[in-house]
Amino acid sequence: MPWLLEILKAIGLAVLVFTFLAVVGAMYGVYLERKISGWIQARIGPKHVGPYGLLQTIADTVKLLQKEHITPRRADAMIFNTAPLIVAVAALLDWVVIPFGTAFGRVLVVRDLNIGVLYFTAMASITVIGILAAGWSSNNKYALLGGLRSASQMISYEIPLALGILWVAMVAGTLSTVGIVEAQRGGWFLFKVPPLGLLAAVLFLAAATAEVNRVPFDLPEAESELVAGYFAEYTGMRFALFQLGEYGEMFGMAALGSVLFFGGWLEPNLPAWLWVALGLAALGVAAFIRFSALRTVYLLRPILSLATLGVVLCAVMALGVAFGRAPVLPSLLWFFVKMFALVFFLMWMRWTYPRLRLDQLLNLSWKVLLPAGLINLLLTGFLLTVAR
Amino acid sequence: MTVGLTHYLVTSSLLFCLGLFGVLTRRNAVAILMGIELMLNAGNINLIAFNRYVAPGAVSGQIFALVIITLAACEAAVGLALVMAAYRSLETIHVDEINLMKW
Amino acid sequence: MGELAAFVILSAVILVPAVIVVTSRNIVRSALSLVPTFLGVTGLYVMLHAEFVAGIQVLIYAGAITVLILFVIMLTEGGSGTMVRQVTGQVPLGAMAATWLAFLILVTLSRTQWPVAAGPPPQYSVQGIGTAFLTNYVLIFEVTSLVLLISLVGAIVIARREE
Repeated sequence: MPWLLEILKAIGLAVLVFTFLAVVGAMYGVYLERKISGWIQARIGPKHVGPYGLLQTIADTVKLLQKEHITPRRADAMIFNTAPLIVAVAALLDWVVIPFGTAFGRVLVVRDLNIGVLYFTAMASITVIGILAAGWSSNNKYALLGGLRSASQMISYEIPLALGILWVAMVAGTLSTVGIVEAQRGGWFLFKVPPLGLLAAVLFLAAATAEVNRVPFDLPEAESELVAGYFAEYTGMRFALFQLGEYGEMFGMAALGSVLFFGGWLEPNLPAWLWVALGLAALGVAAFIRFSALRTVYLLRPILSLATLGVVLCAVMALGVAFGRAPVLPSLLWFFVKMFALVFFLMWMRWTYPRLRLDQLLNLSWKVLLPAGLINLLLTGFLLTVAR
Repeated sequence: MTVGLTHYLVTSSLLFCLGLFGVLTRRNAVAILMGIELMLNAGNINLIAFNRYVAPGAVSGQIFALVIITLAACEAAVGLALVMAAYRSLETIHVDEINLMKW
Repeated sequence: MGELAAFVILSAVILVPAVIVVTSRNIVRSALSLVPTFLGVTGLYVMLHAEFVAGIQVLIYAGAITVLILFVIMLTEGGSGTMVRQVTGQVPLGAMAATWLAFLILVTLSRTQWPVAAGPPPQYSVQGIGTAFLTNYVLIFEVTSLVLLISLVGAIVIARREE
């Protein structure tokens, strides 16, 4: 019975993607966030639980699991209990169309839908309903205000997000994520129509940050402003489900950004001498930090380790390209490097910009990002077809 | 037994009649709008089912359905704006209490 | 067999929450029950090989119109709980009208011979829709965008607070 096999395969893949997201995305995402935030703020971050604090999130999860399940007395219990599920499931459903790489001759994607990026945008817009339901059913005026503000922010930023994605679909000629990556074999879309690709990427990243309610757009869940906003009344595992949904969606937006603008799983095909030059530059940075007075500065240790890793990577790439092997390193590695680079960028933005007020936030979306996105589409369409 | 055109038409007729029941019997103006949305969805299912079974090579059913979705969004926006304006001046959104021509 | 099972499940997902939408006494619950109805309709579109319309349906209906309805419920007094009577006095008449119409439509459907063609649907519907919008149906495309603009401006003007 082929359809039974399809159902079992779908369940297996769903469990696999959920495990990947729950472990890598939520748990190590939270750990990475705390460590990177600590580094940017000149402090250490978690270090006691496990070596380098790696088991910190596991300890946090165990703590959250044994908290009491409180439902407020006059809250609508059915809606209250299903709202975190809507948010978490919508964030997980985003991952169906993201291609992780190629292996054994086929692309590693759960389902290569031919409306891939449209499906992604649609799943990202279901999250809003969960947030509104959570804010309403908590029977708490701060939660309601936080829910309404968050929902209005998210629906306002769906439009620049869709315009950024539409730009990529226009340039690539297809809505399928695998097709978009394949269309970048001749160059990443970031560098496609020189300033306009960068503009589209900036638009997409700004809208993606607002879609996942991160700073500088996190007024709805700011602890100092709105008593944690729409999830004020949630305790224990349901709170953890909201966090899972948010971190999963952030990783999903970073993954989609790397697929749309940075070439997905494709290797950057630079000539061998360029890899050697990059390797020498990284070696210079590493040597400078290691052998000068800067080696005692604790904050520069991550830069030292990154520079060392960069030297190794560039050496391997230079040798591989010189020997003529077509993709030197496995495509999964490149996908994860790009995704984590974008995640680092999103976390970096968190501690660089102050929080925007709600009217500034909505002004930015409707008066700046929306016209910029439309003009971008217009100019790119003109440049690609008429002025060839 | 394979799924034919009639199955889809039965589902869409039942959905349409449920929407009609909602429009006829609800007091809240927003609830009436929800019934109208159900009826529009039933019409869309009909269009796409006919597109698939009667004229598979054409896309006119899907075009029509897309235009209906767009117009339903417009109509929901304007209708809900009217509900909010009515609430602001009449203090009620129950349609059986809005029965005076001039306040 | 699998297709029939999928169709029955999707129809249940559409019709049972639709009953909740039109009969629930808690208006927030009935607004939230619109979401499974719309998602079930999306499933039916996917079964009918209209994937682009399915994606647009989720994006606009479940993602935007439901949010709009919930906003207006929460900003007017409709969400004050289950203490308010939600149905007019015309429930028997309305039920009779809806049942009679359902019966009429179903009888007509079962007695009509539809000209079912046996061709396969095209592989990638987005291309066909895009081409059709810009060649055969360009007028309706342009007029729809005008209608969207007018309704946008109109909704803002109507719902604006009087200064």
